[in-house]
Amino acid sequence: MSTDIGVWIAAFLTLGILSFLYKDNPFYKVSESIFIGVSAAYWFVYMIYNVIEPNLLGNLQKGEWWYAVAGILGVMMLFRLIPKIGWLSRWAVAFMIGTGAGLNFIVYLQSNVMKQIRGTLAPLNSIGNIMMIVGVITGLIYFFFSAEHKGLLGGAAKVGIWFIMVSFGASFGYTVMARISLLIGRMHFLFSDWLGLLH
Amino acid sequence: MRREIPLFITAITGVVFIIAYFIPHPPFNQIQDLFQTWFQIIAAFAIILGVLNLMVVNGDKVYRRSKGWGYSVIIILSFLVMAGIGTFKLGSKASPLEEGTPFMYLFYNVYYPLTSTVFALLAFFVASASFRAFRARNKEAALLLTAAFFVMLGRVPIGDYLTSWIPLKWLHLSTIANWIMAYPNMAAQRAIMIGIALGIISTSLRLILGIERSYLGGD
Repeated sequence: MSTDIGVWIAAFLTLGILSFLYKDNPFYKVSESIFIGVSAAYWFVYMIYNVIEPNLLGNLQKGEWWYAVAGILGVMMLFRLIPKIGWLSRWAVAFMIGTGAGLNFIVYLQSNVMKQIRGTLAPLNSIGNIMMIVGVITGLIYFFFSAEHKGLLGGAAKVGIWFIMVSFGASFGYTVMARISLLIGRMHFLFSDWLGLLH
Repeated sequence: MRREIPLFITAITGVVFIIAYFIPHPPFNQIQDLFQTWFQIIAAFAIILGVLNLMVVNGDKVYRRSKGWGYSVIIILSFLVMAGIGTFKLGSKASPLEEGTPFMYLFYNVYYPLTSTVFALLAFFVASASFRAFRARNKEAALLLTAAFFVMLGRVPIGDYLTSWIPLKWLHLSTIANWIMAYPNMAAQRAIMIGIALGIISTSLRLILGIERSYLGGD
């Protein structure tokens, strides 16, 4: 059995969260509350030392005063907590939205439209490649709602939904396996690191 | 003033990014880099806003002695302990995010086990949900069920063990799982990705042109 206090804390918190499998109980709620508090604290400190210190304070110390604009906009974002001047936070939100829109417009056009179409246009020399072209085209037809899914369009949309269902099934299986592997990790921690039963 | 300036800011920042893509030369690429750093800084403040809001909401619950206020005390205390150790660099000289600091000790012994256990807990709920949902009631549901079955079994050693005696390698469960992931799954994912991208592009244009204004809220 471990003699490290950190391992004991981790073990109790792990058991606290797992106790929800029995029912909602105070042990779970305490662990959950600690989780909320430390998560907020971790990201708070992470943002201060990984973003604000190097990108804002570091640049201001170098005399690059134009970074102060970002600092001012950032502080304006916090005005949301004061109802009387809360509207000022819109300036910061507008900057975020504008940057996001401009960036997404380019990034999605490049990577999610152009590159995906290029990747789909492979020679039709294997069942896989034929399936790829048919799947992408019929899948897109399924998402085309400007015309009623009838006749040829309806048939293509039907094939599209088959591909989409296979994809959802595969994604589901993949997610389940990822969660199971996390569970195995926690069980290994409890039985090996904490109790020392596995070697 | 309350709506015009934000609309102007959105339009200018959005247009700068689009121009910088087609003209990747000074001053546009420099302005783009600057705006990206500003974006990170403001996003950091947005996280801080979220954290402060969490404290205000829970502080209010404690003040009013609302139902479950004791748990709010735990949230505030656990935040103050971890944030205090990190912000004031207790026990660390340079950054609290370096290995071996008390902040990282809390990260590895409190934050990490809690995060992974919460996600591991979902395995049970996903299993119970699939037990209820996985019924081959029609062709589409049967396809979903079959794909999930092959991917789940094909991703674990027992899947290959069950089919290892088959001389034809393409009939092995792991090969089938990989094929499903690489072709039918990828085809549908691409269709979904292209559809989402077209939606995002049109929404971005609506935002930049000031047609979409819901982010400004009321008044």
